Amino acid sequence: MIEDPNKHWLYRKSSLPWLWRFLIGILVLSVIPEFFVNHYSYFAEQGTTIEASFGFHAWYGFITCALMVVAAKVLGIFLKRKDNYYDD
Amino acid sequence: MTEPGIVSNILSGWSPGFPPGLVLMFAGLLLPFFQGIARKVLVLVAPILTLITVWAVGTDNNLTLQFLDYNLNPVAGNGYGLVFATIFSIMAFVGGLYALNQARVVELAAGFVYAGAAIGVTFSGDLISLFIFWEIMALGSTLVIWSAGTEKAWSASFRYLLIHLLGGVILMAGITLRVLETNSIAFTAMQPDNLANILILAGFLLNAGAPPLSAWIADAYPEASPSGMVFLSAFTTKTAVFTLLIGFPGTDILIYIGLYMVFYGIIYALLENDMRRILAYSIVNQVGFMVCAIGIGTELALTGAAAHAFAHIIYKALLIMSAGSVLMMTGKRKCTDVGGLIQTMPFTAVNGIIGALAISAFPFTSGFVTKSLETAAAADQGLVFVWFCLMAASAGVFLHAGIKFPWFVFFQKDSGLRPPESPRNMQIAMWIFSFLCIAIGLFPQIFYQILPIPPDYQAYSFSHLVSQFQLLLFAGLAFFVLLPMMKRTLTISLDFDWFYRRFLHIVASEFTVKTGAAGNIVENGLRIKVERFIKRLYKIHGPYGVLARTWPSGGMVLWVSVMLASIIIFSALF
Repeated sequence: MIEDPNKHWLYRKSSLPWLWRFLIGILVLSVIPEFFVNHYSYFAEQGTTIEASFGFHAWYGFITCALMVVAAKVLGIFLKRKDNYYDD
Repeated sequence: MTEPGIVSNILSGWSPGFPPGLVLMFAGLLLPFFQGIARKVLVLVAPILTLITVWAVGTDNNLTLQFLDYNLNPVAGNGYGLVFATIFSIMAFVGGLYALNQARVVELAAGFVYAGAAIGVTFSGDLISLFIFWEIMALGSTLVIWSAGTEKAWSASFRYLLIHLLGGVILMAGITLRVLETNSIAFTAMQPDNLANILILAGFLLNAGAPPLSAWIADAYPEASPSGMVFLSAFTTKTAVFTLLIGFPGTDILIYIGLYMVFYGIIYALLENDMRRILAYSIVNQVGFMVCAIGIGTELALTGAAAHAFAHIIYKALLIMSAGSVLMMTGKRKCTDVGGLIQTMPFTAVNGIIGALAISAFPFTSGFVTKSLETAAAADQGLVFVWFCLMAASAGVFLHAGIKFPWFVFFQKDSGLRPPESPRNMQIAMWIFSFLCIAIGLFPQIFYQILPIPPDYQAYSFSHLVSQFQLLLFAGLAFFVLLPMMKRTLTISLDFDWFYRRFLHIVASEFTVKTGAAGNIVENGLRIKVERFIKRLYKIHGPYGVLARTWPSGGMVLWVSVMLASIIIFSALF
């Protein structure tokens, strides 16, 4: 398929794989320093050091966000109404 | 209260004997009488004069007014109040600049009275002065919403006013009881261990957008004009944060109320389709962080709450200005209608993105150096659960405001809209706040000096930078991976306001049907009368000025008399 050359490069289908590669590249870059940094554990006294473990913030950020999106989706089943619901 | 850092010494030696907020309120009342260039000068000069007066007063306490049997202290500066009054003045200036050529004069005037009253609260040393300014804020903000001039804004402003009058009554009841019990009107730290203080706490929390009545923020604010919402986003909720900070530091329940607000804001913002309602929900989310920190109550936590409020006012106003520019230039406010606007509104987009990065606490922005004070305070206290919740919420902020807002408005699909940039005064206002977002982020140690107790905190450690980048970038990954689940739909989400917008409505209409047409006639007649009365009042008494002055005193006198009556009955019974 030949794409409209006037289309902004961000919106061309052919740019999409490159955008993904760029994002994944940044993500990898953000994890590399984990090999060199020593995180200090705040909660050793409370019996957990997970927040100082390798790449904690990476997986914690991803999983909690995924959970929030799913939670919103589930609550949306009950809470969503057409946006003219109150207009009468 | 300790002396604030640099601010107090700048203008020492000259201390006016009146509340600094009056400068802005007075300027607001004068605005309608000025035209053209003179009005513009007044809009820009008044906030600067206010800021000078705020700093001149500093932490002085130099005015005592006799009221009934009580000595009022309306000029009682304290370190935290100074931080809030400073940002409120800056906000009035930039908000005024943003609104300069577009807003109706009634909106600007109301906005200034509202902002001035907010500054009045931050200098109130007693609960009666606080209450008076509190109610003026309610009326000023109602007028700001109403001056958008649409039918939706009219009904939203009415619902908003009802909620805030309810809050005012609760607060007044609390204050009256407290004065009866302690015979003191001083505004100091309290414990919610008796009815009086619980009522005061509830009154403050209502304005902070706490549950169950959080819905008023997303209901009313987005109905205001593009510039009106900028004013609204700054003052009411942050004044509530200030009063909680002074009145209820270290109150445990605030931790959990704050956490609820944080996640409420995220979930509702994720479900929302209207770009300005997304930002309204995100106000609740951000105020939740501050309320939680106030609940933790250590020195670092309270400083963090004040610093976060300061930074938050700037980046939230920036986001709302950017959304307001889009609304003004396209006339559209739903995510399903916009998209691809970066092509013709690149500056608005850049400013929106800077605001989005700052709210997400991206390194090198103001959010990074302020919000982390709060999470550090949770860590210091060993509050494991709270800390893990706050970290998840920080990731969630990036999800619902940091990416969702700019993505759906400026990127996503190309909507085909090609609006030009917004007018120059709006652009300048946005650049000023973008500059502040980054300046605070880059030079936190200078910014910390305006806090009452400059924190000994190093935001830029290698470990903190790495952690924050990971948290946010992987939150971003979650957004793009789950994008299909977040397809925008033409929907709103039910909230507690359903009870007063629908349930009571159903009950009322059932009642009307049962009582026949008579009810309808009475209702319509009353409504027409009220509307005519308000219209006439507005017409006769000139552009709103007198109206704003008579409502609070009239309303207050009524409630004071109601309270007095109930106290007499109460004391007669026991």
